[in-house]
Amino acid sequence: MTEQNEIKDISVVEPLIFELSSPGRRGYSLPELDVPQEELDALLPADMLREEDPQLPEVSEVDVVRHFVRLSQLNHGVDTGFYPLGSCTMKYSPKVNENMARLSGFTALHPYQPENMTQGALQLLYETGEYLKELAGLPEVTMQPVAGAHGEITGMMLVRAYHESLGEERTKVIIPDSAHGTNPATAVMAGYSTVEIPSNENGDVDLDALEEILDDDVAALMLTNPSTLGLYDQNIKEIAQMIHDVGGLLYYDGANANAIMGYSRPGDMGFDIVHFNLHKTFSAPHGGGGPGSGPIVVSDKLAKFLPVPVVSYDGEDYYMDYDRPDSIGKVHTFYGNFGVNIKAYAYIRSLGAEGLKAVAENAVLNANYLQESLKDYYHLEFDRPCMHEFVLSGKNQKREHGVSTLDIAKALLDYGLHPPTVYFPLIIDEALMIEPTETESRQSLDEFIEAMIEIAGDAEEEPEALHEAPINTPVRRLDEAQAARNPVVRWYPEDYAEDD
Amino acid sequence: MYPEELMYAEDHEWLRVENGIATVGITHYAQDQLGDLVFVELPHIGDEFGKDDPFGVIESVKAVSDFYMPVGGTITEVNEELLDAPEIINEDPYGEGWIIKFEITDEAELDELMDVDTYTEYLEDL
Repeated sequence: MTEQNEIKDISVVEPLIFELSSPGRRGYSLPELDVPQEELDALLPADMLREEDPQLPEVSEVDVVRHFVRLSQLNHGVDTGFYPLGSCTMKYSPKVNENMARLSGFTALHPYQPENMTQGALQLLYETGEYLKELAGLPEVTMQPVAGAHGEITGMMLVRAYHESLGEERTKVIIPDSAHGTNPATAVMAGYSTVEIPSNENGDVDLDALEEILDDDVAALMLTNPSTLGLYDQNIKEIAQMIHDVGGLLYYDGANANAIMGYSRPGDMGFDIVHFNLHKTFSAPHGGGGPGSGPIVVSDKLAKFLPVPVVSYDGEDYYMDYDRPDSIGKVHTFYGNFGVNIKAYAYIRSLGAEGLKAVAENAVLNANYLQESLKDYYHLEFDRPCMHEFVLSGKNQKREHGVSTLDIAKALLDYGLHPPTVYFPLIIDEALMIEPTETESRQSLDEFIEAMIEIAGDAEEEPEALHEAPINTPVRRLDEAQAARNPVVRWYPEDYAEDD
Repeated sequence: MYPEELMYAEDHEWLRVENGIATVGITHYAQDQLGDLVFVELPHIGDEFGKDDPFGVIESVKAVSDFYMPVGGTITEVNEELLDAPEIINEDPYGEGWIIKFEITDEAELDELMDVDTYTEYLEDL
């Protein structure tokens, strides 16, 4: 064990692959050359040839396998333990999805193959779109966006195209203070300025504040329902009416669709555009930066602006419809992240309509079970039934014992649990945003409850110990500030000189 | 932790006035809430802002926030040391950690700021 407070370098646990390098070691053996050898400089222009060899690690196959397997074992994933990362829906990804995505009929396809050879793939895209339309309660869909935020920007481009087609130039997008950071970022990227509205004492959108800022300059309201507080905004129909009355559109951020799937349709709430994260709600693997898939479903009046091509069906054949003169154009190469869409399709078909409803039920039930079990130990700002997630506050622990939410999160690591999302949403002091998802058993929920209660006890009795957590993990508490101020993102050989 | 001679804004900026020039930083409470600071974005000299306008960005390991003008003014000086060492704000929020200096547009706006007693009471209610 290292001394307390000492920051342990990850390379103490596992060296970098460069440090495993041994001159001349190889991980391959090529067959003898059976054609005449040509010199490189005879084949390529001199300015395209490098003068020095690249400094790649020289390692054997088993070196590489062991290195990366060891690294993977230092990590925490949903396949190794509970992962209640609020707003991220880290549900378990069924392995059958992977089997389906690896069918050679899919993996050996080329996007340039003619439509008569790709009917199965087109059918899969079309049917996935049909299912999403049914869940959204809206009539048109594009499967092209490859992330939630990509769906957002595509959606906001549709908003702009729609208002421009009416000869209107609107400049404002309204965003609640509980929104994901991507919402205002998207609105700004799409050329709008943002106006923030506060939440009321119930955690819902403040209707009086909304009324005050509504005018014919409002292009859209971007809303997550249930919100990042895990609360279902019951005034949604009134909000939709207010926005539509001034000619604005309603954008539904689907980050929390897991809570309402099969029970409540954004289209019925009055939304015009809905994005789904197939990598959250529909169990495609999530985290590590992708790949994701963020299809959007839209109302009739936005249909003609959708990106090309739209996958269509004429009753006999599936085809790519490019004949859409009002389209905003393509938003991604080819047809989006097809492999991710296969996994979502497999998930939807495995569960069926009733199964998807059961997902929402269990996600909400699990979250409420945790909320009720923990609210006597941690402050709960909005004490009402939650949806699929809820937000506790560590502010009492901080005020009374000097134990911050960060300390609590680090302490959970010692129990083999991934911490919840911390310090978000910003409107809750010392926030702990907890989303168990439907895939956790009563047993694993109870383990989490027990750990959280024990930590609350430790905060009272031995707060100093919590400042030191975690103590059982491969690396102890990392210096996040130093990592952000002076990131070291590449390896240099020992004899590396600045002018190299 | 909260010097008596300063004026305070609800967004946790402090302000000191000398000869019509205001110096602004963030309070101990703000730097403590934000945690370790890792990045600061400053305005340019000559930029004009109204009261409550965002004039810069501050990023900690926990969150990204805006700085807000406690009163309107025109920037005369910025603390460039912070660009390389934002942690100065954590270490010395009322001294070396000052953020901007500016010429006040309308001194009447100063009346809306809090004195130290009002500000510490305000903190207790948060």
